[in-house]
Amino acid sequence: MRKTECLAMILAGGQGSRLGALTKKIAKPAVPFGGKYRIIDFPLSNCANSGIDKVGVLTQYRPLELHNYLASGSAWDLDKKEGGVFILPPYAREKGADWYRGTADAIYQNLNFIDLADPEYVLILSGDHIYTMDYSWMLDAHKANKAEATIGVIEVPWDEAPRFGIMNTDKTGRIEEFEEKPAKPKSNLASMGIYIFNKDFLKKYLEEDAKDETSSHDFGKNIIPKMLADKARLYSYAFDGYWKDVGTIESLWQANMDLLQD
Amino acid sequence: MKTVMGIINLQEDNSLIRELTDRRVVESLPFAGRYRLIDFALSSMVNSGVQNVGVMLPDKPRSVLDHLRSGKDWDLARRHDGLFYLPAPHDEESRRRGDLRNFYYNLDFFEHSSQKYVLLAGGSFVYNINFNELLRFHQNTNADITMVYYTASHEAAGRSTVIETAENGLVEDIAEKPAIYDGSKVSMNVFLMEKRIFIEMIRYSYEHGGQDLLLDGIIRRSDEYSIYAYEHDGYVAHVDSTASYYKANMDILNPSVWEELFMGENSIYTKVKDEVPVQYKDTAVVKNSLIANGCIIRGEVENSILFRGVTIEKGVKVKNSIIMQKCDVQENSLLENVICDKNVVITKEKWLKGAQNYPLIVAKNVVI
Repeated sequence: MRKTECLAMILAGGQGSRLGALTKKIAKPAVPFGGKYRIIDFPLSNCANSGIDKVGVLTQYRPLELHNYLASGSAWDLDKKEGGVFILPPYAREKGADWYRGTADAIYQNLNFIDLADPEYVLILSGDHIYTMDYSWMLDAHKANKAEATIGVIEVPWDEAPRFGIMNTDKTGRIEEFEEKPAKPKSNLASMGIYIFNKDFLKKYLEEDAKDETSSHDFGKNIIPKMLADKARLYSYAFDGYWKDVGTIESLWQANMDLLQD
Repeated sequence: MKTVMGIINLQEDNSLIRELTDRRVVESLPFAGRYRLIDFALSSMVNSGVQNVGVMLPDKPRSVLDHLRSGKDWDLARRHDGLFYLPAPHDEESRRRGDLRNFYYNLDFFEHSSQKYVLLAGGSFVYNINFNELLRFHQNTNADITMVYYTASHEAAGRSTVIETAENGLVEDIAEKPAIYDGSKVSMNVFLMEKRIFIEMIRYSYEHGGQDLLLDGIIRRSDEYSIYAYEHDGYVAHVDSTASYYKANMDILNPSVWEELFMGENSIYTKVKDEVPVQYKDTAVVKNSLIANGCIIRGEVENSILFRGVTIEKGVKVKNSIIMQKCDVQENSLLENVICDKNVVITKEKWLKGAQNYPLIVAKNVVI
């Protein structure tokens, strides 16, 4: 496989149980949106438009329709000779099979794919957010900061901040503290669930985390706090466009209605 | 239909539709909101199972190449067979005109294709046909050539090939006529024959001074062949003039025509574009119209066809009109019986009106 600078991994395996009947038969990223789209179009199109041409899509829950929709990736111009969309469902090994047990575990189980692509950076994305973003700017910031990890953040209204993972940063944007759903937030910079990691740095933490029996193998809960505890160079990258997590029926409805605004 | 190869001949007569074919051929004219005319012949072939299609390119091929590209949108980007472009030889010296020269020049392609039959079609007809029935008819009659026709239901001017047949479908006369009448049996420029007959026809008629496949290859030698005619009784429109282009588009607004062409088992394919859904703003009023993706509507639209990416501003009234891609109709303008080619801008408060049988045409990229 030709060497890639930045490999994207889209986490698209979630059940999306808060979407109720909408995700009874299909995975959340395959839920229709905005008259002709599906939710996964957003991160996938962002990748294509950011010049990222190698994208792993990690699927697990009810993947039939999602796989069918992604197909060869040609709809996003991602049917490349050496690249494009790679569908990565959980798979069996000699000693049995595991489901993806968390966001970090899903990436851990595909380290062989990451090694094969051999990128310098790994961009981790969620398959359930509505936004248009050029990731190449974030990657530039990551490099300029000489960061080991960069987390996309967005300012949320202060009263909503307790619902998000909140980043407390210094003046340069370096992350000093991460609080998951803080009752009394010190900042209103919420994590967008978009991460850029240096590949070797990420691999080290994923391997450590995999050995930890007590971990819930989640980026927000385990990996990021561990990196911060080790005083690693974690930076925030502020995004000021439209961004919406459509994890609930209400937010999905609202995001659709938002499209009708001028 | 794996035994049939398709050939689409884009060297058709554009003389009565000059206003819209200055920079394109009639076959690549935008049609019905998101299609091009060639989509109908090509999709019918693909839906019938034809997997090897040669496209005889015209002198102005850019719009056709831009539309068809690899053939992927018709499922014709294949490892074996698929879509082939057959360009016309560029030879200033030749005194020969007509399409026969192009066929002769591309004989290699026909000879090297593995299929037994050749299905030849033009690209300026609107229809959705399953050619499998045509093939069965052809095999049952043991014809050398089977041609597809429709029975005209009204008079129309324009050069057409009119045939007369015996009751069993045997063709008794083929002639080019300047007009058609109610009941005329009109050729749809679709011919099915064995490839060996096709190749012999091209070789013989070109080498004996012929210029035009239909005239010199078929009409002139019609006594030598057993030619049968197969009637297509579904919707057909031949777009060979501005009037017929306008009428065919307006026909599509008739729900039964729309259903037959687009909502049946066999889809019409076209080049895919990723335009956003239409936005109907709070002042929009739209009646009996086709509005393609990417449009923004703030005014009134009635009995009209809007292609992708058209903006209709507040206070605008558009009636019985065809507005092609990316036109911008600004505040308080009025358009009736108008055809706007691509990228036209109608600035504020302009009133343009054509007649029902003679629409006003605004050329590509014009600002009024």
